[in-house]
Amino acid sequence: MLNRRTIPPEVPGGAFEPRIIAFFCNWCTYLAADLAGTSRMKYAPNIRVIRLMCSGRVDPQFVLKAFAEGADGVLIGGCHPGDCHYQEGNYKTLRRYLLLKRMLVQMGIEEDRFRLEWISAAEADHLRVAVNDMVEKVRALGPMNIEVVKSIQADAAGGELPELVPLTELSGGQEAPVHAR
Amino acid sequence: MHSNGNGSCRVGVYICHCGTNIASVVNVAALADYAKQLPGVAVARDYKYMCSDPGQELIVQDIKEHGLNRVVVAACSPLLHEPTFRRAIARAGLNPFFLQVVNVREHVSWVHVDKGEATAKAKDLIRAAVRRVFLHKPLDKRKVSINPNVLVVGGGIAGIHAALTLADAGKHVYLVERDPSIGGHMAMFDKTFPTLDCAACILTPKMTQVGCHPNISLWTYSEVVAVDGYVGNYKVKVKHKPRYIIDDLCIGCQECVTACVFKQGKTADEFNVGLSKRKPVYLPFPQAVPQKVVIDPEACIEFKSGKCKKTCIEACGDRAAIDLHQKESFDEIDVGAIVLATGFQTFDPVRKPYLGYGKYPNIYTSLEVERLVNASGPTSGELLLRDGKPPQSVGIVHCVGSRDANTNRWCSKVCCMYSLKLAHLVKERTGAEVYNFYIDMRTPGKGYEEFYDRLLDEGVHFIRGRVAEVSDWAVDPSEEGKLVIRAEDTLAGFVRRIPVDMVILAVGLEPQADAQQVRRLFNISCASEGWFLERHPKLAPVNTFTEGVFIAGACQGPRDIPESVAQAGAAAAEALALIDAGMVELEPYTATVDEDACCHCKVCVPLCPYSAIDPNGGKINEVLCKGCGTCVAACPSGAIRQNFFEDSEIEEEIEGLLAYA
Amino acid sequence: MPDKPKVAFYWCASCGGCEEAVLELDEKLLDVAAAVDIVFWPVALDFKRKDVEALPDKAILASFVNGAVRTSEQEEMAHLMRRKSQVLIAFGSCAQLGGIPGLANLFRREDILSAVYFDPPSMVNPDHVLPTVFSRSNGDKLELPVFQDRVRALDQVVDVDYYIPGCPPKPKIVWSAVETLLGATLPPKGAVLAPERALCDECPRKDTKPEKLSFTEFKRPHQVIADETICLLAQGLICMGPATRGGCDAPCIQGNMPCTGCGGPTPHVRDQGAKMLSALASLIEAKEPEEIERTLATIPDPVGSFYRYSLPASLLQAARSEQNRAA
Repeated sequence: MLNRRTIPPEVPGGAFEPRIIAFFCNWCTYLAADLAGTSRMKYAPNIRVIRLMCSGRVDPQFVLKAFAEGADGVLIGGCHPGDCHYQEGNYKTLRRYLLLKRMLVQMGIEEDRFRLEWISAAEADHLRVAVNDMVEKVRALGPMNIEVVKSIQADAAGGELPELVPLTELSGGQEAPVHAR
Repeated sequence: MHSNGNGSCRVGVYICHCGTNIASVVNVAALADYAKQLPGVAVARDYKYMCSDPGQELIVQDIKEHGLNRVVVAACSPLLHEPTFRRAIARAGLNPFFLQVVNVREHVSWVHVDKGEATAKAKDLIRAAVRRVFLHKPLDKRKVSINPNVLVVGGGIAGIHAALTLADAGKHVYLVERDPSIGGHMAMFDKTFPTLDCAACILTPKMTQVGCHPNISLWTYSEVVAVDGYVGNYKVKVKHKPRYIIDDLCIGCQECVTACVFKQGKTADEFNVGLSKRKPVYLPFPQAVPQKVVIDPEACIEFKSGKCKKTCIEACGDRAAIDLHQKESFDEIDVGAIVLATGFQTFDPVRKPYLGYGKYPNIYTSLEVERLVNASGPTSGELLLRDGKPPQSVGIVHCVGSRDANTNRWCSKVCCMYSLKLAHLVKERTGAEVYNFYIDMRTPGKGYEEFYDRLLDEGVHFIRGRVAEVSDWAVDPSEEGKLVIRAEDTLAGFVRRIPVDMVILAVGLEPQADAQQVRRLFNISCASEGWFLERHPKLAPVNTFTEGVFIAGACQGPRDIPESVAQAGAAAAEALALIDAGMVELEPYTATVDEDACCHCKVCVPLCPYSAIDPNGGKINEVLCKGCGTCVAACPSGAIRQNFFEDSEIEEEIEGLLAYA
Repeated sequence: MPDKPKVAFYWCASCGGCEEAVLELDEKLLDVAAAVDIVFWPVALDFKRKDVEALPDKAILASFVNGAVRTSEQEEMAHLMRRKSQVLIAFGSCAQLGGIPGLANLFRREDILSAVYFDPPSMVNPDHVLPTVFSRSNGDKLELPVFQDRVRALDQVVDVDYYIPGCPPKPKIVWSAVETLLGATLPPKGAVLAPERALCDECPRKDTKPEKLSFTEFKRPHQVIADETICLLAQGLICMGPATRGGCDAPCIQGNMPCTGCGGPTPHVRDQGAKMLSALASLIEAKEPEEIERTLATIPDPVGSFYRYSLPASLLQAARSEQNRAA
């Protein structure tokens, strides 16, 4: 019945390696990560970065989806308050983050699994420290081992994805609908 | 297999080696094999340099031969080459947005050590990109027109040169300077290294040109207070501080200054770095452009008590150029591009208390000494101590505030050269013994090393050692009444005590005190030390990450005059390239509302800082939308979509990253 | 004479309100009853499970199943109704989303059983006896359904054709859905048979929505006597209207109470609670973390407020259990 999404294939040695999804804003944190690269800084390989234009684009649905798909932690990186490239997007991120964190605690997801960091374009070292710190904290918490039930309908359709966008130029601005309920 | 209506997805995946930058850590061949077996992938290759011509041709050929309709490139940061690859696929007839770039260099090979883990991470990222790219829709960049006017902020040598270049090219330039005259730091110098050109002689002709150029609106004693808009279409509000002088009427005769009830100045003269005093009404300096006086309301009696005889107005007579009731005024201008040339400030040596600045009278900063040796300075060009006598021995302390873990970590680049220059001038003017205390002698420019040789020939003493202390504490009679500089002579191997009459501190360069406020105003970033951040340190040194805003000169980092001028020319050229293209293309990452889904709950309306959303909800102005996506995330009905960052695209990326494959 | 089409109703973990909703069709129900053959309706008619099992597969044209699935019996019945029906319709919030019973997913099964069988003040159960699947009673073997460890929506158990939203679905929506199903073209499989726009679109207080909504605190319905004419969100109450599918004519708002979200999410949203959270949080006035937290403290139960009906259908579905939390 239940689909244990996060049970990884057998890893020789068996040590748990956290998988952390990171949403970085294009103007600050993504740049800082690039700078960490050009400076050849080294940090834990457990994060997977998704690039967005602004941390304000981070929809709480994305955070929940990441956890539901088996992420052990979610990190949001944005510009410092007052420095958002789009003026105030990061304030909205902060407010959503604080409420979402409370809700996640209600759902049994520990605080340290969900983190918001303000990292400016020049703060490559701050990024390195934050990533390493988060990886260790999540490692100590252990795997999420989330259990989700898949929708039978999705399965019956022969794949998890809804109707995809047609490939011709004439696709005309319609968004692929998410799971129809 | 993902297939739909008009044919299946055929993705080409390209893994770049980037020489050995990626390939030495990530197993690129294994990545290509892995990509090949992902659903929807028709072609997967690895290649040494994807961004090169042959690399791009590879993609173009594959698109044509294999009927590819989506492309994934795993290489360096998209911030570097996403435009390159988008252009490449467009050449092959695909919409440029049918591309997803995967960052396996800055985010993987350069930051991870374990090759297995790095390759595993790269696999996850590529898998996610392949899934995401299926959902990419054809998009077109937005085209907007460009206003041909340019705003230059800062009237130092960089701002002046940029303004003249642009004005000569036929563009209308607004040059805004917060001091009452243009000229910046260069106007304060006496001679410039290494040619010993007179700074004023080479600067003032340019200043005069600015003052009378038909295409330049010179706004001194003014500041930018608000900036709105976007590249090609900036709306800027400029505040003009009141000079209490009517600009058009003042001819700079300075009779008002002579007639002022203050017989002597009582206020520290800013141009002379406080070494002399000025009256409440004053001309900033003799070669000031514009040649107009300013009244300082903090010093003027009329402003404080209303009881002044106002001899200045009397002296001005029929010209009646003085208006003590003048208020600050504002102008709103439309410009297409902005050049920031706001310069630097010098390090305040009070922060290094053991160097004794402010404690002992004959310790000066280099800037103060520039004024002393300047013919129009407080001592008419004579290098004199506070008691009026010329010094017989002078110590010059290099690297004050710079190369210092306690203050500024960077090297300020110009101090060695200007210290050599000052050493030469001191020797020439006074014949004193000159001692330069240096850590390294940095003389990288044209003629700089030769200038150092000349100084060696002139008998200036060079001691390699960081100065530990300057004090007046004498241990023997030869040190009485002198300032004693203590430093380890690292070449000789012992600590020296050198008694001198005068100490010059070669203060380093720092970002301006208000750099953070200024950069927020213009929506650019600062680097960690506080200098304005360039888009790329090598390939885009005058651009910022904000389209249409350019930086030039020392506001970006310490540099000398030739570099500032070169950069200013470069910034002007970039601005001209932007304007002369006629149209600018903006990324199409805008948001649109699905009107069938919108219930007009108006949750989105107050969230947009650009007021791009109709007050009733339901519509977004595409021209005003900057594409942050904040409203998209907030819409409780999911009725707003963002091009290229749709919910479905991001969710696919999340699923792809976490799938166990 | 051809047989009348067969129709069936079943209730899983349900309060019975959806059954009453059918009755709310009033006179129209008589027309429906005349046109169809109801072959199974435990609340009203005396057919047994074995009668349904005896029918050929797909003999029933349409089955309306309400209630969430929590026991093995409900699961078996869901599979049975699926097998015997051409069209299976999830009727009401519990079947569509898990409903209010879905909030039980915040608790462990052990805690729920303990709360029912050990803790109540009036309970006398010194031996801590819990119902088990197999037991003996007066010499007879008794088999009870398994009380499963989480609540599921209907489509997490069987393949569902259509959904009729609401807690319970309003007569207008039910009748419109019935008409659609009897119509010439069936909607695409998986469709929710209700309008797509959120509730604000038909709310009687729509015109009083301010251009700039913002919150310094949130109020709960018992803390304030709401003005009967102004948008409830504008009054600081958490009204789920912007995140909830409409079509119900907003009876709660007309009763001066905020919408609690029973219509479920709109078609472009994957997780109703997350979207409402996003909308409300974005509009909080404060900028400093401490001040924001003070505002958030006025929402004592985020999950209960935002996922009142939709927790099993949400992305996380349930609170993480203890054993998963151990490293």
